[in-house]
Amino acid sequence: MIRGLTGLSDEIVQNIFLYIAVISVSILVLITFLMIYFTFRYHRRRNPHPEDIHGNLWLEILWTVIPTLLVLSMFYYGWTGFHALKKVPEGALKVKITARTWSWLFEYENGLKETELTIPIEKPIHLQLTSQDVIHSFYVPAFRVKQDAVPGMTTSLWFRARDLGTYDVLCAEYCGQQHAYMLTKVRVLSEEEFYRWYEEKGKELQMKKPVGVPLGERLFQEKGCMACHSVDGTPRVGPTLKGLFGKTIVVMTEGKERQLKVDEDYLRKSLLEPNADVVKGFPPIMPSQKGVSTEEDITELVRYMKELK
Amino acid sequence: MPSFYEENGRFRGFWAWIFSTDHKRIGLLYLLSILSFYAIGVLLGFLIRLELIAPGPTIMRPQTYNALFTLHGVIMIFLFVIPGIPAIFGNFFLPIQIGARDVAFPKLNLLSWWIYMGGAALAILSLFTGGGPIDTGWTFYVPYSLRTPVNVPLAVLGVFVLGFSSILTGINMVTTTHQLRAPGMTWFRLPLFVWGIYATAWIQILVTPVVGITLLLTLMERLVGVGIFDPAKGGDPLLYQHLFWIYSHPAVYIMILPAMGIISEILPVFARRTIFGYKAIAFSSLAIAIVGSFVWGHHMFVSGQSDVASVVFSLLTFLVAVPSGVKVFNWVSTLYKGSIEVAPPLLFALTFIFLFAIGGLTGLFQGALATDVHLHDTYWVVGHFHYVIFGGTGFAIFGALHYWFPKMFGRMYHRKIPYIAWGLLFVGFNTLYFPMLLLGWQGMPRRYFDYLPQFHSLQFLSTIGSWILIGGLILMFGNLVHCLFKGEKAESNPWGGATLEWQIPSPPPRENFDEIPLVSKGPYEYR
Repeated sequence: MIRGLTGLSDEIVQNIFLYIAVISVSILVLITFLMIYFTFRYHRRRNPHPEDIHGNLWLEILWTVIPTLLVLSMFYYGWTGFHALKKVPEGALKVKITARTWSWLFEYENGLKETELTIPIEKPIHLQLTSQDVIHSFYVPAFRVKQDAVPGMTTSLWFRARDLGTYDVLCAEYCGQQHAYMLTKVRVLSEEEFYRWYEEKGKELQMKKPVGVPLGERLFQEKGCMACHSVDGTPRVGPTLKGLFGKTIVVMTEGKERQLKVDEDYLRKSLLEPNADVVKGFPPIMPSQKGVSTEEDITELVRYMKELK
Repeated sequence: MPSFYEENGRFRGFWAWIFSTDHKRIGLLYLLSILSFYAIGVLLGFLIRLELIAPGPTIMRPQTYNALFTLHGVIMIFLFVIPGIPAIFGNFFLPIQIGARDVAFPKLNLLSWWIYMGGAALAILSLFTGGGPIDTGWTFYVPYSLRTPVNVPLAVLGVFVLGFSSILTGINMVTTTHQLRAPGMTWFRLPLFVWGIYATAWIQILVTPVVGITLLLTLMERLVGVGIFDPAKGGDPLLYQHLFWIYSHPAVYIMILPAMGIISEILPVFARRTIFGYKAIAFSSLAIAIVGSFVWGHHMFVSGQSDVASVVFSLLTFLVAVPSGVKVFNWVSTLYKGSIEVAPPLLFALTFIFLFAIGGLTGLFQGALATDVHLHDTYWVVGHFHYVIFGGTGFAIFGALHYWFPKMFGRMYHRKIPYIAWGLLFVGFNTLYFPMLLLGWQGMPRRYFDYLPQFHSLQFLSTIGSWILIGGLILMFGNLVHCLFKGEKAESNPWGGATLEWQIPSPPPRENFDEIPLVSKGPYEYR
């Protein structure tokens, strides 16, 4: 049995990788050596009289059977490793991931919503993924795990972290203009530290009034709005929200230009039906908040946007 | 008999080319059009690499980059490698190699070139109309391709049209091989290039309709919103991926099988001995064509498809590796006890074996389920398929050009320059693509406009490689183009080949043979 099927995804992948690498490099060296050796040994200068050899049945059998056995062993190890990567252990910490253009949202069992993934060391983490718009892929190279987040379905993934630290999360399925910037972090804390953090955040949530960051701003982060809309006037994929309220803008409605004054109704409609009236010069790619955000969240976001002077 | 370059019939000059039904003229039409698109593809690849020389925006914006890698993929795959060998060399040499005067359906053959140009024209038109150049990647994955505001419909229509060209060429090659073999040209006296084209033609006929239907459904989805793929309307985005890869994985074999045929032609000629394991090589082409049609799900191990499906696809994927291995072992054995002359075509053929071996072996890591979870959609994959497609098919095309150049044009190229060009190509290629394998293992995802600082040195190295590679390409093609006009007159059989194309004058006469030959020996019997 291959070593390292201990539930550490990076070790599983690494060991199987090494197994295949040893065989592959040996085959490559053998082929290359023979090719170069024959070319020198039987060069026309040294060997002016060739010999016709039409084939050899035993050799054909040999180099069909041996490679077949080798690749079947690779298949088998790949399969056992995959099985270990897919079989979620009991008592795993559950986190829901919602991917959307171009940010990640992590939702814990106590309702806590975060844009970075914070986890305790050594505990199995069970991630359930979905997407709000197009296909994304949750990828943590350090743990060598990856899973697509597909709209309309839930996919799952688990891993466990052996070392404390902060690791990169990248989107691995092409999802448009800012695909390369759909990044976040996994923070691995000690168990004690994690639960302290988890409970504190949980309490803030219960009080409905988080310390420091106002609710609207927090929602703005949580929903991933900042991936496309700045609040300080910098242009991004979408128009900046700074000073937007009350301004007269040109929008495209069903392919026709028209002018309108930004009021509460427009902001609300833009959250629920973002592609109905798109600000001229920007692509109609914003995901809708319909069914994703509560009525209260929408009200809070609109209030926040009104204040961005 | 006058050569096929001499004019004959109703049309003159340019018109005598674009309305010719001569398989050799059509082969050359394809050669010119396909290599022109190749040049554009190379230029796009060069710009992509230049952008990636340093982290952060370098010479373009993200949207431009996304359009560039999409176009690079679409042009290289649909306009260069898929049609490449069957349409250029298949057209030109398959009829001659089996002792025929033309393909079975010459007019259909001309039509397929026109359709190819029509599809290409639509794809080009899509860049300047509607919402501009597509940014979906060459795979057109839904729902992204349904939502992006760029001109997806016209580009997809272009690829749809190109499919017909591929199907028609396939039908022509299959029928020609069955019907027009000269007397005595039994199936086991067919040159292995013919076997390669024949196996490919069957894949073209059987799977291309699937991508046609898929693209048509995508079009309907975008234009009238039928909701087959869009989850917002109850559709299934994974269905799209299945349908797409049912074609696009076998398409990889459309790209590589004819290349393997070319290698099987070149090796025995320059080793001056018969090929080792003729039947093993011929049947492994068919085995690859058949098994290769059932491995598409290995593109979807992390897509959310069922685990059982992934396990089955992984098993089949490993099995298709075996016939490819059999070919490599037989090729290497063909060198044993030969009398080898390392002429330019052989040098390219040997390089094909080395690079294709790396491409094939790196594929094993992706076929294994657990390792693919890590490697999927990273630079590993980009490195792997460039080793297979460019290192494999690309170098086979270079080999074929140097092998058949004297026959096609009646002139010989400068014999020293290809060695220098080869050196640049070999060093450039590995400097460009080997770092990609390392980047992938380190976790660099593909289709990234920008990257994290830890990936910088390998990205930088890869860009340097692209410059060396392009230097090699310019030198190699420069030599060929120069000698097209200024080269010495070629003999009819400069390499001492035993297949039929070497038994007629260079360039070939209008209808290839005065009299249909009577074949009495195998393709690699030199004594």
